[in-house]
Amino acid sequence: MAQDNSYPQGVIKNIRHEGRLVVLELAGEIDMKCSADLKSKIKELFSNKPPVLIVNMTNVSFMDSSGLATLVGALKWCRENDCELKLVGLVERVKSIFEICRLDSVFDIYESEAEALS
Amino acid sequence: MKEPESPTNAQIELRICAEPDYLSVARAVVRQTAQIFGLEEDKAESVALGVVEALTNVIRHSYGGPCDKPIIIMLNKTDFSNKNKPALEIVIRDFGKQVDPESIKGRDLDDIKPGGVGVHIIHSVMDEIEFTPADDCGMQLRLVKYISSKVKQK
Repeated sequence: MAQDNSYPQGVIKNIRHEGRLVVLELAGEIDMKCSADLKSKIKELFSNKPPVLIVNMTNVSFMDSSGLATLVGALKWCRENDCELKLVGLVERVKSIFEICRLDSVFDIYESEAEALS
Repeated sequence: MKEPESPTNAQIELRICAEPDYLSVARAVVRQTAQIFGLEEDKAESVALGVVEALTNVIRHSYGGPCDKPIIIMLNKTDFSNKNKPALEIVIRDFGKQVDPESIKGRDLDDIKPGGVGVHIIHSVMDEIEFTPADDCGMQLRLVKYISSKVKQK
């Protein structure tokens, strides 16, 4: 398993490559301040056309519509490029934003990475 | 741009530059104030989310992007909301573009695409929401969240 630990700052905590599968670990608060960087990093990850992208949000304590827009953009790319996007570990506060915007049934959301991979 | 004279009697008033760096500051102040005024923790967090959405819209649309222009956030505990209930009233004042309040709408949620849900989130988390063009320039957004009588109020 390859690990990229070069993202100690911002919301990107870690990026793991497990074969062609990519796990993007996020942490902290996702708002307008960091959503552009996040969008850029996800776009970079897509350049290798991974078949599965898991976004682990266990340690994301807050997300606003800017973060949501980034994930919706990622979902659109995945749908157009035969990639599965799986969101993992949403805390209630973050999950509620998906529910408010009726996106909880649009995304594949899992409790854990193990569940997402099973 | 005419500078605000700070004429309010707001119990708490916060002035930030229209920079994303300060969204987390505003969020913390609103969340803490909401709790002091008697809102439960989860409702205080929701109100803070609504304010962040409103501020993001100001930065993005009223000012056309991050800049050093001001946004003023005024917080009051009031008994004079439309329903005559104790409430947290938040007024957000900017000095950017004026728009027709009728034109400020979220997109259709069935149309899945990035962006356009901030106003929808604000409507979802607040009890009253009112956009008005300010007298001289910019917009004023009044947000109200009722305070449940079940929670002990300070």
